[in-house]
Amino acid sequence: MESVKQGSACVGLRSKTHCVIGALKRSVSELSSHQKKILEIDDHIGIGIAGLTADARTLAKWMRNECLNHKYVYGSPMPPGRLANSLADRHQRTTQTYVRRPYGVGLLLATHDEKSGPHLYQTCPSGNVYEYYATAIGARSQSGKTYLEKHYESLGDATREEMILHALRALAGCVSGDDELTKANGSVGILGKDESYTLIEDDELQYFLDKLEVEGTLGGGDDDNDDEGGDAAEPAAEESKEDSGDAEAMET
Amino acid sequence: MPGKNNHTTHIIRSLALATIIITTMFANVATSTISAVSQPSAAGGTQRTTRPITTGTSVLGIKYKDGVMLAADTLCSYGSMAKYKDARRLVSVNPSTLIGGGGEFSDFQSITDTLRQNALEDRCTADSLYDEESAQASAKETWSYLRAIMYNRRNKMNPLWNDLVIAGFHESSGTKVPFLGMVDKIGTAFEDDMIATGFGSYLALPILREKWRADLEEGEARALLEDCLRVLFYRDCRALNRVQIAKATVDGVLVSEPYEIDSSWDSKSMVGAKGGLEGDGGW
Repeated sequence: MESVKQGSACVGLRSKTHCVIGALKRSVSELSSHQKKILEIDDHIGIGIAGLTADARTLAKWMRNECLNHKYVYGSPMPPGRLANSLADRHQRTTQTYVRRPYGVGLLLATHDEKSGPHLYQTCPSGNVYEYYATAIGARSQSGKTYLEKHYESLGDATREEMILHALRALAGCVSGDDELTKANGSVGILGKDESYTLIEDDELQYFLDKLEVEGTLGGGDDDNDDEGGDAAEPAAEESKEDSGDAEAMET
Repeated sequence: MPGKNNHTTHIIRSLALATIIITTMFANVATSTISAVSQPSAAGGTQRTTRPITTGTSVLGIKYKDGVMLAADTLCSYGSMAKYKDARRLVSVNPSTLIGGGGEFSDFQSITDTLRQNALEDRCTADSLYDEESAQASAKETWSYLRAIMYNRRNKMNPLWNDLVIAGFHESSGTKVPFLGMVDKIGTAFEDDMIATGFGSYLALPILREKWRADLEEGEARALLEDCLRVLFYRDCRALNRVQIAKATVDGVLVSEPYEIDSSWDSKSMVGAKGGLEGDGGW
């Protein structure tokens, strides 16, 4: 739980047709690259991570394997709800086995099910899995949550472009102090009905950032008083009030 | 003296009994390991299926206007003996899937047991207990699953000796679409508008290909299948005139109770013994 809060911010939101993840990529120093935060699991499932990256990659490898096996045996894409439940069971096992430690990462699963549409799930090291309309995890994610709480009711009918802009606005509130959201440190993953997982980064992302610039909503963290922020859209997240982030080199 | 003899025989008998008990105990230890697939036998070496023992014959299936219909007789033959005349070879696995099986009946029962258990697990672990369809495997998924199982067993040289017909519905872009497919004992899998296994593939499929239309009414589809079953009863030595029909529609699946179909044995070619078997063998 603590390592999730130390990781940099990740936001997720869903409409009636699409599911979007936005992530703030952290880099260790000016010389290094920005750590990848959004991973593809299958055409219809993508994840955003916050916490120990290595643990996240292990989980991603397992999830990809499960999806492939399901497709081979049953000839159809893995139902996301089933994967989320198996993932939760996997997390829980580590909390009750003497020799193991919990996975130090929180995941946001953006999924689309042919039968029931898009779904957004959040997992945490304890093994709880919640479904959300919109949520944010990681350092300074409270301002992202506040933004999403204000806007989640209008997400249902939002277009693809509006969804991406919402994600970026929510993310813009999560940058620290003097930094701002740029094409180097921002990243967006989107999937939905008739659209397989697509990653938007670098120059492609600039198009959306330009739109935000016109609005004037890029830039550093909001000064909103987030004490009353409380719950996100769906059942109460178990995260308590977060610490001001001291970035750990291994966590993103 | 009589008393003494009785005593001796009594000792001998009890010793003999003890020996028998001890040897059976040891024999039980040797064969008590249970394994599903091949196991070492007392004679040495592993075991695998080499021939079917109790078998069902053809299964027929066609798509019609409202969905899919399957037909099969209710006979399980023990070689050439018509041993079990009320065997149910058409089984509903979940509200959207029907399975029909020919070949080794015990393997078919094992397969339907597994499928039913899977369906139960799906129902119980679904996100909502009240939304029965959310976790239900469609007919196409069941067909793909069976293909994986049959092919895997074939590769281990220990097949499930069946021809399976899978019928039902699956969802495609929000609408329910009828599905009909088959999987055989070596893992061949395909889907079509008309399926016939066993002898049916030789005798019934040509009739189905001649008479089938995409918009058959339920009564017409049933009559067509009964025609084919009648031909099979005439010409397949391992068939019976007691049959079952099953249908899958958007509203669910239904398996009929067995009933007899009529047949006529009056034609000239059928009357009278052949091969010089009439009479006492005299000139």
